[in-house]
Amino acid sequence: MQHRPREYAFWSIGMLIVLLFALLPVIWIVMVSLKPPNQITTGPGISFSDAFFPQDITFKNYETLFEGGIDQSPFIKPLINSIGIALITTLVAIVLASFAAYAIARLNFPGKTLILAGALAIAMFPAISTVGPLFDMWRSIGLYDTWPGLIIPYLTFSLPLAIYTLVAFFREIPWDLEQAAQVDGATPFQAFRKVIVPLAAPGVFTAAILVFIFAWNDFLFAISLTSSDASRTVPASLAFFTGESQFTQPTGNIMAAAAIVTVPIIIFVLIFQRRIVAGLTAGAVKG
Amino acid sequence: MSQIVLNDITKRYADGFEAVKDMNLEIQDGEFMILVGPSGCGKSTALRMIAGLEDISGGELRIGDDVVNQLAPKDRDIAMVFQNYALYPHMTVRENMAFPLKLAGVDKETIDSKVGEAARILDLDQHLDRKPANLSGGQRQRVAMGRAIVRDPKAFLMDEPLSNLDAKLRVQMRTEVARIQNELGTTTVYVTHDQTEAMTLGDRVAVMRAGVLQQVGSPAELYSDPVNLFVAGFIGSPAMNFMPAQLDGDTAKLPIGEVSLSPEARAGAGGGGGRQVIAGLRPESFEDAALVGEARSRGTTFRAKIDLVESMGSELYAYFSTEGGIESEELAELAADSGMEETPTSGQHTVVARLDAASKVKRGEEAELWVDSTTLHLFDPSSGRSLAQA
Repeated sequence: MQHRPREYAFWSIGMLIVLLFALLPVIWIVMVSLKPPNQITTGPGISFSDAFFPQDITFKNYETLFEGGIDQSPFIKPLINSIGIALITTLVAIVLASFAAYAIARLNFPGKTLILAGALAIAMFPAISTVGPLFDMWRSIGLYDTWPGLIIPYLTFSLPLAIYTLVAFFREIPWDLEQAAQVDGATPFQAFRKVIVPLAAPGVFTAAILVFIFAWNDFLFAISLTSSDASRTVPASLAFFTGESQFTQPTGNIMAAAAIVTVPIIIFVLIFQRRIVAGLTAGAVKG
Repeated sequence: MSQIVLNDITKRYADGFEAVKDMNLEIQDGEFMILVGPSGCGKSTALRMIAGLEDISGGELRIGDDVVNQLAPKDRDIAMVFQNYALYPHMTVRENMAFPLKLAGVDKETIDSKVGEAARILDLDQHLDRKPANLSGGQRQRVAMGRAIVRDPKAFLMDEPLSNLDAKLRVQMRTEVARIQNELGTTTVYVTHDQTEAMTLGDRVAVMRAGVLQQVGSPAELYSDPVNLFVAGFIGSPAMNFMPAQLDGDTAKLPIGEVSLSPEARAGAGGGGGRQVIAGLRPESFEDAALVGEARSRGTTFRAKIDLVESMGSELYAYFSTEGGIESEELAELAADSGMEETPTSGQHTVVARLDAASKVKRGEEAELWVDSTTLHLFDPSSGRSLAQA
């Protein structure tokens, strides 16, 4: 297909607008995080560029986040909690979901539709309505303010998502490949691990990204089911930042923390996005 | 290498449908056996039961000396080539071919030498490090073959391995398959719906219809002595011509004229006067009467208006019509399979004659044709069975 210059310009402008719309808040957060406290709030009569861009760039906001090492810093513990909880959730969800999705895509068993429908129902269930009961239950069985206390509800809501994504991907893989593996001498598990999993990799990574982002971004469970830095994640801990005095807002610190927490997501997506290449199954079968 | 024995093998699905009914077949060690039949006849199901990809509902399957009904595919020591090749797209050609050996725990040196040897046999040496996606159809097909032969299994199972190739490549690969099987001497079961493939490749051919084995025999046997209408109509290209016939002592009255019966045919027909049968004549039973020499006495001459002449260079196909079609479930199924049922026939029946290239018959003109009556096949109209087999 030929791209005419006008068409090219049209799409370029369109993409620029979308990019700006999506990234402007992020850029703004980064700008604010680089400002000294006295420049964060500005009065009228200042030009847009003066208000948007920091006049004096400072990394003080970032430094205070990490001041005092792991015990004193308001940010390091939550960051570790966030990374740990999100990664464990992702790992467990992907392993469980790929087994479930494989069975759903490949086998005929009674109650198959029930499982899929149930998963969908859970995914649509409003999270807020589970928070109250969970709070009570977790306190009585000792899961309150622990990592598992957050990982379990995250799994509840991310598993349906992961199962649905993976079922769609598994269905795309030709049945014959697995049968070929079995005839070639593979056990069902070997056929799954050596043939199906590598081919489903794009689907697995897609599901992994979705689950990770869900767990990473969650605020509702994090604020409700934690009470200390023992398990509080970054989104929840931002609300507990304190300013230099009780009269200053910790806006700069919050912005710095917000800028930092976007970084793992970007890294995560960049790593896995390279694996999400279309047409991985090309050449397997004719037709 | 070993023989495969199917003993009353039956496949019944949960809904009661029987895809394969009481199939008995003995495939000898090193034999190239072809399962052939129209689509839906159960030939692929039978193959998949041998492979272990499909449960066996009844009967006994033996590979070598062992009953393998309950064995998983991996424990049956067979290799299969799939219709769509089923190559592992994330592995290179080398890894694809090495995969079964790796699973079997063979050491690396042996793997390398066996893959190298298979690649040499199949002419894949230059492609070993490429991925299947970058290969042509014929190359992919060869990789699939390679994956089967590296393991030196008890048997090869091939499920229409050539049907995805274009016509020219198919003929080329057909000889290739025959050569490889011959070289390795491994028992092979080959499924196809293409009777040409069946005739050219197999030591023996098993014709199936609607889950029932019709006839097993060498290609020549099937061609010259089909046991029923179905086999007669399925084997041979162009197909055998069928027309109604009335037996009358030593002769049979056909729409094209009266044909005297050979002694064998007379014995089979039981001499029943006035009996209605179906007569079958292969296209090569006809000849331009002008070109027939002393053989003339063996047959009958008749006149027919030629509707169409197709020249193949080495021979001519002349088409002409006769009155009176025949009703037969088996023939209807064959017609349906070849897509012929859509063709309007308006009570007339088209007959194909294969004539010598020197023939002067012209389209639209009447010609005098000769038919060799010794090659006449007679079938019972109700059972479809050949009367020669009675």
